[in-house]
Amino acid sequence: MAFSTEQAQAQLQKRHRKSLYFARFCAFITWSSVFLLAVLLMQISIDGFGWLDWQFLDSFPSRFPERAGIKSALVGTLWLILMIAVISVPVGISAALYLEEFAGKGRLAKVIEVNVANLSGVPSIVYGILGLAIFVRFFALERSLVSGALTMSLLVLPTIIIASREAIKTVPMSIRYAALSLGATRWQTTWSHVLPASFPGIMTGVILALSRAIGETAPLIMIGALTFVAFLPQSPMDEFTALPIQIYNWVSRPQQEFHQLAAAGIIVLLIVLLLMNATAIYIRSKTEQRLK
Amino acid sequence: MFNSSIHKSGKRWGEILIKFWLWLCAGVSLVTTVAIIVLLLAETLKFFTQVSPIEFFFGTRWVPLMQPSSFGVLPLLWGTIQITVGAAIIAIPLGLASAIYLSEYASDKMRAWLKPILELLAGIPTVVYGYFALTFVTPALKTFIPDIQVFNALSGAIVVGIMILPTIATLSDNALRAVPVSLRQAAYALGATSYEVTTRVVVPAGLSGVIASFLLGISRAIGETMAVTIAAGATPNLSLSMLESIQTITAYIVQVSLGDTPSGGVAYQTLFAVATLLFFITLLINVISQWILSRFREVYD
Amino acid sequence: MSSQESSEQSRDKAKNQPPAVLDLQAVSVLYSGKPAVKKVSCQILRNRITAIIGPSGCGKSTLLRSLNRMNDFVDGVSIEGKILFADQDLYGKGVDPVEVRRRIGMVFQKPNPFPKSIYNNIAWAPGINGYSGSMDELVERSLSQAALWEEVKDRLHESALNLSGGQQQRLCIARALAMEPQVLLMDEPCSALDPISTAHIEDLLFELKSRYTIVIVTHNMQQAARISDFTAFMEMGDLIEFGDTDQIFTRPLKKRTEEYVTGRFG
Repeated sequence: MAFSTEQAQAQLQKRHRKSLYFARFCAFITWSSVFLLAVLLMQISIDGFGWLDWQFLDSFPSRFPERAGIKSALVGTLWLILMIAVISVPVGISAALYLEEFAGKGRLAKVIEVNVANLSGVPSIVYGILGLAIFVRFFALERSLVSGALTMSLLVLPTIIIASREAIKTVPMSIRYAALSLGATRWQTTWSHVLPASFPGIMTGVILALSRAIGETAPLIMIGALTFVAFLPQSPMDEFTALPIQIYNWVSRPQQEFHQLAAAGIIVLLIVLLLMNATAIYIRSKTEQRLK
Repeated sequence: MFNSSIHKSGKRWGEILIKFWLWLCAGVSLVTTVAIIVLLLAETLKFFTQVSPIEFFFGTRWVPLMQPSSFGVLPLLWGTIQITVGAAIIAIPLGLASAIYLSEYASDKMRAWLKPILELLAGIPTVVYGYFALTFVTPALKTFIPDIQVFNALSGAIVVGIMILPTIATLSDNALRAVPVSLRQAAYALGATSYEVTTRVVVPAGLSGVIASFLLGISRAIGETMAVTIAAGATPNLSLSMLESIQTITAYIVQVSLGDTPSGGVAYQTLFAVATLLFFITLLINVISQWILSRFREVYD
Repeated sequence: MSSQESSEQSRDKAKNQPPAVLDLQAVSVLYSGKPAVKKVSCQILRNRITAIIGPSGCGKSTLLRSLNRMNDFVDGVSIEGKILFADQDLYGKGVDPVEVRRRIGMVFQKPNPFPKSIYNNIAWAPGINGYSGSMDELVERSLSQAALWEEVKDRLHESALNLSGGQQQRLCIARALAMEPQVLLMDEPCSALDPISTAHIEDLLFELKSRYTIVIVTHNMQQAARISDFTAFMEMGDLIEFGDTDQIFTRPLKKRTEEYVTGRFG
C-alpha cells in the first residue's frame, strides 16, 4: 500500500483544518464589508443627524454653521437629475436600439460597441474637462445647469447604453419574428414589443446611471459649479451648485461644525439616492406586472 | 384586407427618419471619443511647446502655479501610484475572498442579502468616502500611528480600496459562478477539500474574469478623484512615506479647477497634459482587461 | 373505393382545379452560397392545403420561409428563380417585404404569443395597419375561425401567456387570420403540442381550407396524409415529387418518395 494510514490521516486533518479556516476567513472578510457599511452609515448619522432639520433644508449656505443650509444644493441636484434624464435617457435608449435592432453585425457596429465599452471606463474627471472645453467654453454655455447636465449626460451615456442593450437582448427572437410575420415594419416591432418587454431592465440601468451621476463631484467642479451659492437657479442657463459639491465644500473646512454639516448633507444625498432606487424598483414592478 | 399589389406605395418616411435618429444617437458615443482625444492631444501639444517633454516625464518637482515653476509630473504620478497600489493591496485579496465566499460558500439566502449590500457599497458617492476617510479613518489610524498627518496617503488608499472592493468582488463572483459545477464535483470526487477545490480548480478556471476584475478595479482607483482629494491632500512629493500628504493627478486637476486659472496660460494647459496622461493610462488598462476577457475566455464545454 | 370512383374523382378534381395563388419557378435558396433549396418548381392552389414533407434538413422550412420573405432576416441569404404571387415576383424590384407579409401569414413551430392580453394579440397587427372596422368583431371572428372563441370569450383581457400550449397555438393562428391573409404558411405547427391539441388543430385546418390557402410543413407523414390535398416531398434541397396527396402516398412515382412514405428512412 502506497499510503500510510497514519500519515494520510494526519495530513487529511491538516487539510480539513486549513479548509475550515479558509472558509471562515472568506466569510469574515465578506461580513466585514457589511459591518463596514454599517459603521459608515452609523458614523454619518451620528455626526449629521443633529443638524438635520427644516431650517437646514430651507437655508442657503453661510459662513456661520448655525445658519447654513442645503437648499440651493438640493434644488440644484434635483434640477440636474431632471435635465440629465431628459437628455441622456432618450439618446441612450436610441443608441442601444440601433445597436441591437438595426445595425446588423458589420464593422461599424463592432467599433461602436468597443467604443462604448472604453468610454464607460474613462475617469469622470476627463468628462469634466471635456465639458469644460466644449460646453462651457466652445458653446459658450458658461457655468450653467445646461453645461453641467450635458457633461454628466455624456458621462452616464455608456452605462445607459450597455444596460439597455442587455435588457433588449433578453427579449426572445420569436416575439420579433411573430410581429414581423404579421406585416409589421422593424420599428413597429421594436416600439410595440421589444421596448415594452425590455423596459424594466432599461429602467434599472437608467436609475443606476443616474444614481452614479448624482454622486459625482469632479466633473461639476471642472465645469465651474460654484461652491457658495446663495440663490436658487431659475432657468437652465443659471449658475448652480449641487449636493456633492456643497458637501465637499463643507468637508474641506477645518471647523468641526462644518464637518457635521457635511454629514447632514450626506444624509440628504443618501436619501435622494434611496428614493431614486425605490422609484426604480416601483417602476420595475409595475411594468413587469403588465407584461404578465 | 389589402389589395394584391405588393409594391411599395411610397417610401416609408417614418421608418427612415427614425432609423436616422437612432443612428445619430449611436454616433454620439463615437463623437465623444473623438472629441476627448482631439481636445486632450491638441492642448497637450500646445503644452509641450512651452514645456519640454523630458522635463515633464522625468522632472521630480511639480510646481506649476507659482514661480519658480517646475513641471515634472513624477510626484503626481507617484501619488497616484501610492493610492492605487495601496488600494489594490487591500481590495484585491479581500475582494477575491468575498467573491469566493459569495460563490462557493454562501447559501442562496445569504447571497440574496449580501449582493445588494455590496451593490450599496459600490453605489455610495465618492465624497462620502472622502468624508469617511477624514473623520473616521485618519483619526483611527492616528491611534496606531501617532506621527500620521491629517492628510495622508494611507487614509486615501484605504478608503479607495474599500471603494473598489465591491467592483472586484462582484465581477470575480460572476467569473467564478460561470465555472460549471461539474468541474467542482469532479475535484470533490477525487477527495479534495473545499480550500483545494477553490484555489486549485475554480479560481484558475475563472482566472480571466478574475484578472479582468482586478484590472477594472485598478483602473477605477487610478481615476478616483474626490476621496483622495479630501483624504490625501494637495502636496505633490516623492516621499516614500504614506503617512504624509500627497497629490494625485486627479487631485491636482480638482485643485486647479477650484482656483481661477486664466485660460490659455501654461497653468491651464497643465490640466490637459496630466489629463491626457490619466486618460491613456486608464485606457491602456481597460483595453488590456478587455483583451484578457476576450482572448482567454475559458470555453467550458 | 373502386377504381372507377377514384378516376371520376380525379376528373372532377381536374375540372374544379382552382387557380394558383403562388407559382414557384426554379426557386433556389442559398445561405452564403450554399444551396439549401435547389430549383424547386410547383404551384400552390387556392383553398387547398399543400403539405411539404421530407427528412430533417431537406430544406422544407427554408422553402416555406421564402414564401413570405422571412428568410430576409438571415445574413447572407440569396434567392434565385421566381415566386409569383398575383402575377408579381415576390422578390422583384420595388417589392416591399412588409406588404408581402401582410398578405401571406405565418404560424411558427413553437407558439409565440405576445406577452399581452388575448385581445391585444389579435388586435395589434390590424391596428397598426390601419384597420378601420370594428376591432371587437374582428377579434371575435378570428378567434371563432381558430376554434378558440368559446374558450376565451370571457377572458379576452387576460394575458395570452396563461393559455395552454394548444390554446396558444390556436391564438397564434387566430392572430395570423386576423390579417385576412391570402395564404397561411404553417411551419410544423403541431410539433410542440400534445396529440389532443394536434387533433384539434388538424380539424381546424380542414375547416379553414374553405376560406384560406394553406401551406404546411410537417415531419409527420400521417398528418400530411390526413389533411392535405397536395403534397411536396423534398430531400436535400430538391423537390423529389409533387402531386395529389392520395397519389403520393398510395402510388408514388419516384422510388425515393416511396421509400420515405413507407418509412424506410427519415
